[in-house]
Amino acid sequence: MASVAQPAAQARRARRWEGLPYWLVLPTLAYLVIFFAWPTIQAFGLAFREDGVWTLDAFDTMVNDLRFKEALRVTLILIVVIIPLQFALAVAMALLVNAQLRARGFFLYVFLLPLAISDLAAGIVWSSIFTERGYLNTVLEKLGIIDTPYIWLDFQKESLLLFTIVVAEIWRSTALLMIILVAGLQGIPKEFNEAAGVFGAGFWQRLWHVTLPMLKPSIQVALLLRVILAFEVFATVIAIAGEGTTTLAAEAYRWENTNQDENVAAAYASLILVLSLVSAGIILRFLRTRKEQLLR
Amino acid sequence: MADHDDGNPLWDASIDRRELLKRGAVAGGALAAAGVLPRHAFGALPGAAGNVTFYSNQLAQVAESEAFRKTLLQGFDGKVDAIFAASDAEFDTRVRTEARANKGTVDVLGALHGNYTTLEDKNYLLDLSDIAKDFTTGKYAIAKNLMTLGKLGTNKQYYMPWMQATYLMAANKKVLPLLPKGAKINRLTYGQLNQWAKNIEAKNGKRLGFPASSNGLIHRFFQGFLVPAFSGGVVTTFKTPQAAAGWTWMKGAWSHTHPQSLTYGFMQDPLLSEEVLLAFDHVARLKNALELRANDFVVFPAPTGPKGLAYMPVLAGLAIPKTASNIPGAKALIRHLLSRSTQAKTLSSVGFYPVVAGRLSKRVSSGLRAEANAVKIQQTSPKALPSLLPIGLGGEGGNFNTVYRNAFTRIVIKGEPTTAVLADEAANLQAIMDKTGAPCWKPDPPSNGACKVK
Amino acid sequence: MTARAALGRIGVHLAAILLALWVLIPIYFITLAAFSTQESVYQYPKALLPTDLSTDTMSFFLHSEGIVPSLQRSVIVALLTLVISLGIGTPAGYALARFSFRGADTFRLSVVGTRAFPIVILSIPLAVTFVRWGIDDTVYGVAFAHTALALPFAVLVTSSVFAGISVELEEAAMTLGCSRASAIARVILPLALPGLAAAAIFVFIISWNEVFAAAILTLQHRTLPAQVLAVLNASPLPFKFAGGFFLLAPSLIVILIIRKYLFNMWGRVVK
Repeated sequence: MASVAQPAAQARRARRWEGLPYWLVLPTLAYLVIFFAWPTIQAFGLAFREDGVWTLDAFDTMVNDLRFKEALRVTLILIVVIIPLQFALAVAMALLVNAQLRARGFFLYVFLLPLAISDLAAGIVWSSIFTERGYLNTVLEKLGIIDTPYIWLDFQKESLLLFTIVVAEIWRSTALLMIILVAGLQGIPKEFNEAAGVFGAGFWQRLWHVTLPMLKPSIQVALLLRVILAFEVFATVIAIAGEGTTTLAAEAYRWENTNQDENVAAAYASLILVLSLVSAGIILRFLRTRKEQLLR
Repeated sequence: MADHDDGNPLWDASIDRRELLKRGAVAGGALAAAGVLPRHAFGALPGAAGNVTFYSNQLAQVAESEAFRKTLLQGFDGKVDAIFAASDAEFDTRVRTEARANKGTVDVLGALHGNYTTLEDKNYLLDLSDIAKDFTTGKYAIAKNLMTLGKLGTNKQYYMPWMQATYLMAANKKVLPLLPKGAKINRLTYGQLNQWAKNIEAKNGKRLGFPASSNGLIHRFFQGFLVPAFSGGVVTTFKTPQAAAGWTWMKGAWSHTHPQSLTYGFMQDPLLSEEVLLAFDHVARLKNALELRANDFVVFPAPTGPKGLAYMPVLAGLAIPKTASNIPGAKALIRHLLSRSTQAKTLSSVGFYPVVAGRLSKRVSSGLRAEANAVKIQQTSPKALPSLLPIGLGGEGGNFNTVYRNAFTRIVIKGEPTTAVLADEAANLQAIMDKTGAPCWKPDPPSNGACKVK
Repeated sequence: MTARAALGRIGVHLAAILLALWVLIPIYFITLAAFSTQESVYQYPKALLPTDLSTDTMSFFLHSEGIVPSLQRSVIVALLTLVISLGIGTPAGYALARFSFRGADTFRLSVVGTRAFPIVILSIPLAVTFVRWGIDDTVYGVAFAHTALALPFAVLVTSSVFAGISVELEEAAMTLGCSRASAIARVILPLALPGLAAAAIFVFIISWNEVFAAAILTLQHRTLPAQVLAVLNASPLPFKFAGGFFLLAPSLIVILIIRKYLFNMWGRVVK
């Protein structure tokens, strides 16, 4: 599958268009500097300054707050649990959508639907399902699995509470991954899988050795975005668990809204930024895609 | 930015605009009432008061905001753009943004006493003494203690009291038979309340409920009811053994409380779905249950503790920011909302009680009438101990609430030893008092300088 | 088809159906609740079938002030966001895919990094800036903020779309005499269109659903989610459902319209 190189022509092209990428990238860069970098610096500043004085007070408050450890722990647990699970699900959905199924238009539409649902609405839906006198217990009682309503949202049973959040979050956010993977699957020529099939590779072998490696750029994009978004999950957590548990972003939201303390909120936000960037760096390192892999 | 250009050269005249507005409003209103002139036919003007932008963090519920627009604004000669903040934080952020940028669109603010005391700079609000003097005497005057609150500790009238509320308890009638022997519902003690919750647990499971989510008002229960009822004070008595006894009571009550209380912000929903059969909450957050199924619920005053029937009165007020673009219109709106006819309609339309003296309108539903009765019993009890919302805490109001919430989390949920936690949090509390220099407020005895935790 | 293959086909269809049910049932519940009487929303066991229908809550909600204009504003904001972020982001995505220039990885990381700072906290300084610029409380202000949110998606998705299209195609076209620009327009863009459409959908929906920044950046000219946030926070359960449903209904329709376009993507092979 090596490309037929045309070194001379390529070198000529390289010389002429050397500046091009930078021009193409400039608008995005400029936009983000104005509308993101600058306000971020201002917001970051809130974390390190209080009333004009440089101080680490906000971070001090944050780290010593009685909910900090729990927020950090729960955020990391949710990421470690949710992301692999929903990746597997997203790959499954993407493959299903790509397969020659009947009514595949319908399936595509349905799998896309959670995209249409904002975090807040998703939180309300799932809280109405898990609440004691809610839909889940209604169904379970009707099926005879339980006699009296079970309290799912019990802060004393942390694993159970986290389980409900995991379910709601996977439901809400997997469609995003699926759509990126589907777009990626489109770019894999059918011949590769067909050829592998000719050589006797079964479904799982084809998946593991042909499809997934070719999906690497899409997986990288999807993983990157999803991890960053996962650090920011709060609306579903607050809707379902209330004060029963918390995440870093939920604490940031609470310090901003309920306590009106923008400095500590900015401190949490800065921590989220750092953790997200570190994770992004790790992902980029491990899923480095070389362009040569894609060229045929 | 809203366009307040009236376009009428009359406004350039040197006639006192306020006088003209008043006359115009009276004349227009009279003509409209007489059916002679539809209100829209008032020339090219949107009404004598012009365009007024009203921004409030109360009445966010759809039903109430519509009631404000349709019922409470009835008869106002002007065009009001009534906006209701989705949350306290949004309201505060908005106000702060406009204050800092030194320009804004809001003409009238409608918020709680607690919001005005947490403004970065009181002088962002105009002095409304000219309006105030019309409401200090006469049959429909506003009570002096309420007017004093509106002065924010100075002699300027920063806000006009607008409407009141308080917190009550509500129970599903199903659990009335489970009341402990000898207990009278309108005169419960904390001990009897706990026993009642215990009886309910034996039969129906944990059905006591508190609004303990982050947008629930459980911290007001601690500040306005629990701690003062057991210890007689809010700040000064924070770490006394009597206060500790109150937290011990809370631990006991929490063991009979529905675990989902940590997700409840408005008790009317779990009461209606019957997840909870006995609850504490702000009257406006119980209203829907009382209106939808008045026959299923009873409302009653908070229990009495060793130091009395501590309760927290809530006051909403109207203010004009100095960045307002239509100050005469703003003042006209405030007068309209405080007029006798409008005040009479507040309870039935938005669930808050009027501030002017006088009787309730006949249109009040039976559920709300029962609620009003409970409020009256609470206020007029011989053991009544009003515990006010914090005064003078500025931007530290949130941190003040956190002290009580953290005490709750640590003592009741995590089970840390009470005395140690109270000593710890008392230090935080004192730091807040020292930082703001806020003097003590009722029911604590007045202090010289910053309030001190004993 | 062999028996095993047939079983495989059934299994696959079954899996798809189960997944579809998993997605649909919660949506069904919220729709049912939004169109039920107030009393039935509170009852237990919950009504699983549409027996107690009523449009009271929905119609009260729809007629309450500001809902329809806020709907229009949301559409405008989402379209603006789409145009700006794809307009700016697609060239950058192309550059990332086709050129390995110095700073490409840094650029990629920083673009993604912007998404790592919670938008809720960011809105505060943004709001103050917008007031000073005079675009506060306008669709433009919200669109600018949303574009900042959506740009990373636009850049990354378009970059992976272009990366998936063989560079030989461009080179072939250029060998045949096209300039790079027309090679892109004639050869690459048509192939990239499905992926770009996906990017467009994301961006539209990101903007459409964004609640918290929009609530801070607007006052009188609210977008739909900002308008509904009041309902979701402070109202009784029936209104919460009505609000939640009303938020997702337009997106359901948008996806229905756009999916037909996506459907055409299938079976297309990149040679």
